[in-house]
Amino acid sequence: MTQKFRLAEGGRINRDRPVRFRFDGITYHGYEGDTLASALLANGVRLVGRSFKYHRPRGILSAGAEEPNALVQLREGARTEPNMRAPQVALFDGLTAESQNRWPSLEFDVWSVNSLFSRFFPSGFYYKTFMWPASFWMTYEKFIRNATGLGKGPVGKDPDRYEQRHQWCDVLVAGGGPAGLMAALAAGRAGARVILADEQSEMGGSLLSDTSEIDGSQSADWVAGIMDELRSMEDVTILPRTTVSGYYDYNFLTLLERVTDHLGEDPDGKTPRQRFWQVRAKQVVLATGAIERPLSFLNNDRPGVMLAGAVRTYVNRYAALPGRKAVIFTNNDSAYDTALDLQRAGAAVTVIDVRKAPRGARIDAARAAGIDIEDGRVITRANGGKRVTGVIIRDLDESGKSVTGGSRSIGCDLVAMSGGWNPTVHLFSQSRGKLRFDELLAAFVPDKSFADERSAGACNGSMRLSDCLAEGLRAGLAAARDAGFNVRKAPTAPKADEAEVGATMPVWLVPSGKRLGRGGKHFVDFQNDVTAADLHLAHREGYVSVEHLKRYTTTGMGTDQGKTSNVNALAIMAELQGVSIPEAGTTTFRPPYTPTGFGAIAGRNVGAFMDPARLTAMHDWHVEHGAMFEDVGQWKRPWYYPRDGERMEDAVNREVLAARSAVTMLDASTLGKIDIQGPDAAEFLNRIYTNAWLKLPVGSCRYGIMLHEDGMVFDDGVTTRLAKNRFLMTTTTGGAANVLTWLEEWLQTEWPELQVYCTSVSEQWATVSVSGPYARHVVGSLTDYDKLGPRDLPFMTMAEMKVAGIPARVYRISFTGELAFEVNVPRRYGLALWQAIWEAGRKYGITPYGTEAMHVLRAEKGFIIVGQETDGTVTPMDLGMDWIVAKKKGDFIGRRSFARADTARPDRKQLVGLFTEDDPHHVLVEGQQLVEEVKRAPPMKMVGHVTSAYFSPNLGRSIALAVVKSGRERMGETLYAPRLGGGRPVKVTVTDPVFFDKEGVRARG
Amino acid sequence: MFLIDCPYCGPRQQTEFHCHGEAHIARPKDPDAISDAEWADYLFNRSNTMGVFYERWVHNHGCRRWFNVARDTVSDRILAVYRVGEKRPKVTK
Amino acid sequence: MADTATETSPLDGRAGSRADSAVIVEHPHLGKIDLRGDPGDTAFVDAVAEAIGAAPPIVANTVATAGKNSILWLGPDEWLLVTPEGNQGQAEGALRTALEGQHVSIVDTTDARTTIRLHGANARNVLMKGCPLDLHPRAFGPGQCAQSILAKADVLIHQLDDAPTYDIHVLCSFSRYLWDWLADAAKEFS
Repeated sequence: MTQKFRLAEGGRINRDRPVRFRFDGITYHGYEGDTLASALLANGVRLVGRSFKYHRPRGILSAGAEEPNALVQLREGARTEPNMRAPQVALFDGLTAESQNRWPSLEFDVWSVNSLFSRFFPSGFYYKTFMWPASFWMTYEKFIRNATGLGKGPVGKDPDRYEQRHQWCDVLVAGGGPAGLMAALAAGRAGARVILADEQSEMGGSLLSDTSEIDGSQSADWVAGIMDELRSMEDVTILPRTTVSGYYDYNFLTLLERVTDHLGEDPDGKTPRQRFWQVRAKQVVLATGAIERPLSFLNNDRPGVMLAGAVRTYVNRYAALPGRKAVIFTNNDSAYDTALDLQRAGAAVTVIDVRKAPRGARIDAARAAGIDIEDGRVITRANGGKRVTGVIIRDLDESGKSVTGGSRSIGCDLVAMSGGWNPTVHLFSQSRGKLRFDELLAAFVPDKSFADERSAGACNGSMRLSDCLAEGLRAGLAAARDAGFNVRKAPTAPKADEAEVGATMPVWLVPSGKRLGRGGKHFVDFQNDVTAADLHLAHREGYVSVEHLKRYTTTGMGTDQGKTSNVNALAIMAELQGVSIPEAGTTTFRPPYTPTGFGAIAGRNVGAFMDPARLTAMHDWHVEHGAMFEDVGQWKRPWYYPRDGERMEDAVNREVLAARSAVTMLDASTLGKIDIQGPDAAEFLNRIYTNAWLKLPVGSCRYGIMLHEDGMVFDDGVTTRLAKNRFLMTTTTGGAANVLTWLEEWLQTEWPELQVYCTSVSEQWATVSVSGPYARHVVGSLTDYDKLGPRDLPFMTMAEMKVAGIPARVYRISFTGELAFEVNVPRRYGLALWQAIWEAGRKYGITPYGTEAMHVLRAEKGFIIVGQETDGTVTPMDLGMDWIVAKKKGDFIGRRSFARADTARPDRKQLVGLFTEDDPHHVLVEGQQLVEEVKRAPPMKMVGHVTSAYFSPNLGRSIALAVVKSGRERMGETLYAPRLGGGRPVKVTVTDPVFFDKEGVRARG
Repeated sequence: MFLIDCPYCGPRQQTEFHCHGEAHIARPKDPDAISDAEWADYLFNRSNTMGVFYERWVHNHGCRRWFNVARDTVSDRILAVYRVGEKRPKVTK
Repeated sequence: MADTATETSPLDGRAGSRADSAVIVEHPHLGKIDLRGDPGDTAFVDAVAEAIGAAPPIVANTVATAGKNSILWLGPDEWLLVTPEGNQGQAEGALRTALEGQHVSIVDTTDARTTIRLHGANARNVLMKGCPLDLHPRAFGPGQCAQSILAKADVLIHQLDDAPTYDIHVLCSFSRYLWDWLADAAKEFS
């Protein structure tokens, strides 16, 4: 065992469970209950990383989420993760971590030359240096990305499982310290559904690092007692290792639970690594504690310079001694606790207090313990390179802005600094609460709430334990009461240390006795290497707004989001501007509180779960018969059915030819179907569609187009009158849901007097469309052939009959232009029907076809597809479909817009056909622009674009549909289609959009 | 994310709903009797209110009912939820 | 050939959950009739009660049950009658007869949705991985139903008992997706 800095006893580590881990290739030992940071400290490892810009050696600064320095590359391979905060990484057996931002090694880092040239890396360095010439930016960027940047993202697929969970509760308590525990207890006893979440591995918060007593017992024992009671409450959910990461509107909060991160990997192959909670809370209690501020003195970033509270945590909670000869540098009382605990742990301790003659219980206790207190003094500089070796101290003068008198050197291996405490107001601020600046604390504290929440304890500016407990209790009771619970059985506030806490004396920039920028650096933002000199430069260059200052200097823009730097930077800026801190501004806190991996945000919405695949009743048949699929909305529709070795175009040509020469079958189940009933159903259709519906006979079908009020086409389909007051509407596959919403909108909001009900039956029916000259033979062999005759079931009619023994609705409608029957049966019979038709069709050479052949067939007929020929700017007249617009029936949606000047102008784009002139086999590209005159280079005057383009095997040449300005007047005209990426523009002739069977006799046969 | 108190189903998460813009824009009774400009106003022009805004929502993953919401566009607070056909309620921010 | 056509359900033969505390079973062809009408009209309410044995529930998110028939509230003027497999024709006929002459809508949607029954001590925990409803016993219990979202599919959830057992009615086209999602979500409890 080489844990030279491990204390012989104490701490909340399990000494019976030793753990091996590797850092930068060296094996170390720690204990279960350690974090990576505490284990490194126990092993005497002080240098753990290199800084972002200057590659300066860095050590562990903190013991929590605020850590800006000790960011490591955790684990290897597909599980590797960059920028992991060592104080928050639970140690597990076999853990591997690497330091970041150094090459070739942490001890010898080539890029640390940046530090020597730091004069060339001022604020706004990138903006100033790499601006010109613009074309060089790509080169610069590669160089910069290599030289800077922390860590590396994983390359392989994430092997871990992440889950999500929705949860509602009465009271969410964020933070399990003294205030949070009391709040949870109070709300829990009132009977509320409570969630208690804390980012640490166990509840207790600051009490885990504390040595004080509550109600006469050790604080840790008190915590254990409270936890026992909370665990016994059925509706209290306790979530350790869970960060409340985001606080959104209406008390919607996101929580990241690290379920197995502390175990290394999923122990049983089914437990998620992390779970992302989406919580809707009636009331929220924020008990998120406080984060200690660093002091900005010269070379305050040397490894071994740490936050005083963190040092206390390492000593008490982890039994790891960060140094044997410590200097405490403080401007407030709290660091005296650290001084006492360090001394008790065997370290030599000197306190440097910026305050002259500080008084109070803690100071008295330190004096009584024989600790040397150098009051009214500051550290003007820290010495050392890869670790701190000592400090220079001098007297602070009256102004607090400069030093005076002689200097003195003190040797040390640890500097524990405290610049005061910032209440952790991140979640409060995210919830849109307003902050105010508290002069006594020299920090922002919650002022006015916006959401249904309350802050309690240190995050509310209460730094005394007794206050935290009492406030937590009050907050929990109030939250439960406001969530509707009776709180008569309220617990009483426990007794704890009530000693007064002295005021903090802010010294935002600790004077060094030298000009700023000389003799070293005063770091303000450790992670982004922003110094006080950088802030001064930005000020001289005229940056006034705090938001500009942040972006220009990059203060607070690292993965730590400035948890230790924001207020210090703001204060320095305020001093420069000669205004108060609240006048200078505050900073905006945005979620997440700490970085959240994409894995957790995605949850199980990966792979096949990313987007549902909607399948028809016949899907398995299509798969078995080798279909290639096309996504239409969420549906998987057969695209084409290649035979062995067949190319797509050959398969499609074969399917298209079969439709016109023999017989084909299509799975048309995906079309939207809406059952419309009521005495006003026909009148309703009259208003929704452009054509007339009142006189449609029962059993007849009619094609309809619906418009938005602006007169533009938005969906189409065939609607059938099933009975006097009952219709079945079909919609496009992709438009089904929108059309139903549209119909309901009109019925519910504009025409509530119409007696009409709409019900979606899209999925009730499976549909097989049988199309081609032998369609009647095939369907007829499965039913009474005579019922399908041209007079018995004329074109555009429907009849109910049994097909293959299945009760069916047979529609004589056609989207191919051929004789066609659409057979609809209840979904459960869909596959049976499909197979029956397939078997019956064999002797006619029946060919299943997919959406691609369907598109070619309809294009040969000049039939539009909504969303392909239309794009929300096309009227029925533009499509040459004046015939579908009723002139006499009265008003309908969109009609009035036809009279608008823009809709009525003669040079609108109109639907036409195109033939390529030079090469009849050349297929244009959908979306290709059309011009009258070709110029050498754009811009050229565009007159339209190609909407559909295919090779038509029936015509033996390519065809295209297009919308062209005044297209119908241009028949026979030549236009040009420039090609993307150059090449000679394609010469095209404008032609009629109906290429095949212009009279439409085949479908009627 | 809003918690929307559907007037029919009760409080549900925003993900179950869609917003469809400004409410109380009635279709002109006789579209032919109004000018192109008035028709265009009905079609295209919407108020962009800073403050209380009345808008239409549909509970399309729930009861499929359309209803109206009064929302303060500054605070993003929903001030009232009411059914189609009901008068717009007087609300205070 | 008549009446011998093979019926299929979308989840035939699909591997399910291996968790005893979150079992999924398909009930593919429960009779389902979508019913629309005016609940303020006593003629409508009485006629439905006469035909089905239970009046359509007026309270949102509740289910009225009579024998093997359940009427699930879908909206202020819409209900889903769930009746045993094969009974939908008889039920539809009874409704049509009883509601003759009234402005109502009666549509057989038996085949549009399938039903996945989720049962066991962890059933609620499975649902809460993907459903934004508050399903805590204080908020949702036996005899209640709700239309909402589960994972990325629209669903109608009906709690049958305290086990708890839920019937999840889902459009057939989404059912394999949802079934696989449920089996995956239950994995943690296997």
